[in-house]
Amino acid sequence: MALRDITLGQYFPGTSLIHRLDPRAKLLFSLLYIVALFTAKSPLSYLVTFVVLALGILISRLRLSVFLKGLKPIMIIVILTAIMNLFFTRGGDTLWSFGFLHITENGVSMAVYMMLRIIMLLLMTLLLTYTTSPLMLTDGLDRLLSPLKHFKVPVHDFTMIMSIALRFIPTLIQETDKIMSAQKARGADFESGNLIQRAKALVPILIPLFISAFRRAEELSVAMDCRCFHDGQNRTRLRQLKFTANDAILLMFAVLLCVAIILMRRFGI
Amino acid sequence: MEAIIKVEQLTHTYSINTPFERKALDAVDFDIYPGELLGIIGQTGSGKSTLISHLNGLLKPTSGRILFEGQDIWSSPALTRSIRFQVGLVFQFPEYQLFEETVYKDIAFGPRNMRLSPEEVDRRVRRAIEFVGLSPSVLERSPFELSGGQKRRVAIAGVIAMEPKVLILDEPTAGLDPASVESILSNILDYHRANEATVIIVSHSMEEIARTADRLMVFSGGTIPLSGTPQEVFAHSQLLEDLGLGVPQMARVFSRMRAMGVEIEPSVYTIPQAKEAFLRAYRQRKGGQ
Repeated sequence: MALRDITLGQYFPGTSLIHRLDPRAKLLFSLLYIVALFTAKSPLSYLVTFVVLALGILISRLRLSVFLKGLKPIMIIVILTAIMNLFFTRGGDTLWSFGFLHITENGVSMAVYMMLRIIMLLLMTLLLTYTTSPLMLTDGLDRLLSPLKHFKVPVHDFTMIMSIALRFIPTLIQETDKIMSAQKARGADFESGNLIQRAKALVPILIPLFISAFRRAEELSVAMDCRCFHDGQNRTRLRQLKFTANDAILLMFAVLLCVAIILMRRFGI
Repeated sequence: MEAIIKVEQLTHTYSINTPFERKALDAVDFDIYPGELLGIIGQTGSGKSTLISHLNGLLKPTSGRILFEGQDIWSSPALTRSIRFQVGLVFQFPEYQLFEETVYKDIAFGPRNMRLSPEEVDRRVRRAIEFVGLSPSVLERSPFELSGGQKRRVAIAGVIAMEPKVLILDEPTAGLDPASVESILSNILDYHRANEATVIIVSHSMEEIARTADRLMVFSGGTIPLSGTPQEVFAHSQLLEDLGLGVPQMARVFSRMRAMGVEIEPSVYTIPQAKEAFLRAYRQRKGGQ
C-alpha cells in the first residue's frame, strides 16, 4: 500500500448537505452519537444507530469504498477486542471451554456488540473528517471550547497546535513517500529481512524526516513571527462560521436520538 | 542502434477509484539510446517526475511496459531490484535524503546495498566525490555541516557511486546559485563523457537544457507532443510558447530578427552559436557591399 493511499484524517471536498453543515453542529452531533452508541444495548437500539449512520453516509454522497478503506488500518484492533471479549466475558451458558478459555453466551453477544460499536464509532468519525476540512474542524472546536477561556485555558493555542498538526500530516506523508523513493533508488530494502534488519532499514528514512520536520517548524515559526502572529483576544476570522436552521435541526435530531436510546435502555426495548 | 530503455504505451493513473483520480501519463512511447544525453522539459505537473520514477521501477505502470536492455523490468522482483542499480535516479532536492554521520558513509550507502567488496566501495566513493568536484577532505565531515550546493553534490555522488548505466537527474540545479549551476552541469557532462553513460536531465529551464542535451523530449499533460534535436524542437517556437514553455532567449532574438528580414540561420539557441552567426552574417554583408 502506498503511503499516499492512507485516508485517515483526510478530507474529501464536496457540496452535499453534510459538507455544508456548520462544523460545530457536526462535532456536537458526533459527540452525542457516540453517547447514544455506548448507551445502546438491545438489537433494536443498535439498528437505530446503524440507520442514522447509513443515512449520513448516503447523504454525504461519498463512495462506500473510501469508508471501507479508512476502516482497514484498525480492523486488527477491532478483531483483537472481539477476541478478548469472546474469551474473557463470563455469565450465561457456557458454549465451549478449553483449559482456562471459556466461550459463554454473554461472551458471544458482548464480542459482537463491541465490534459493531467500534466500527460504527469509527465510521461516524470518518464521516466527520471526510466531510469537514481540517481548518473548519479546528475553527469549530475553537468556538465550542471558547467558554473555557474564562478559566484561563489557552484554547486558541491548543486549536492552533491542532490545526498546524493536521495541516502537516499530508505534508509529512508526502515527504516520507519522497524520502522512501529516494532511498529505494539507492537500493534500500524495506520489505525483506528480520525484525532488527527492518528496524535498521528505517534509519535512512527517519533521520531525513526528522530533520525536515524541524526545518519546517523553524520556517513556519519565522513566517508566523514575520506576520506578527500573536494569540490576541480579539482576532477576527476570514471564514465566519454560520449556524443555520439545518444545523439546529441536526442538533435537535441528535438530542432526540440520545433520549430515545436512553429510554430504550431504561425500558429494555 | 539498439535502445537501452524502451517505453511502450506507458500509462499511469494516481489514486484509482478515489475522488482524487488523476492520469499523469497517457500512453507514452519512446526509446532511450545508449550514450545519449537526453533532456526532458515540461511544466510542473506535466508528468516528468512520474515518468522517471517508472524508469527505475519505483512506480508500477497502470498499463504498458518498460524494457531495459530488452527485458520487461517488472518480469521478476529480482530484476526490478537490480534495475535500481543500473538506472540511477537523483531526485529533485536530493540533499534532503542525506542521513549518515559522514559524507563517506552516505555516498557508500548505494554501493554497500549492491553488496560490493569494501575495497570496491572505497574506490567508487573516491571516484564519485571527484566527479562532483568536491575535495576528498569533505569525506570525513558530517553532511549536515556542508553548504547547500555541497550537499547537493554529495547526494548526486551517492547515486553516481553506484555507477549506473543510465543516470537520471530531476532538476539537478533547482534553487542553486549561478556558479553552482554551471559547475554541477559541467560535472554531469564530464561524467557523461568519461563513462559514456546515458544521462537524462529533467528540467524546466530551456537555457540550461539547450546547452547540454543531444536530444530533447517535451512533456505536456502526460504526453510527448514534441521531440528531437534541440534545433528541431526550438524551431517550433510557437508550439512551445503555447505549452507555456518558451524558447531560449537567443532563439527568440534570432526568430525576431528573421521576422524583421535579416538573413540569418534559423537553428541558433546558445550564446556562442549566436556570436558565430552574428559574425558570419556581418562578414557576408560587408563582403556583399
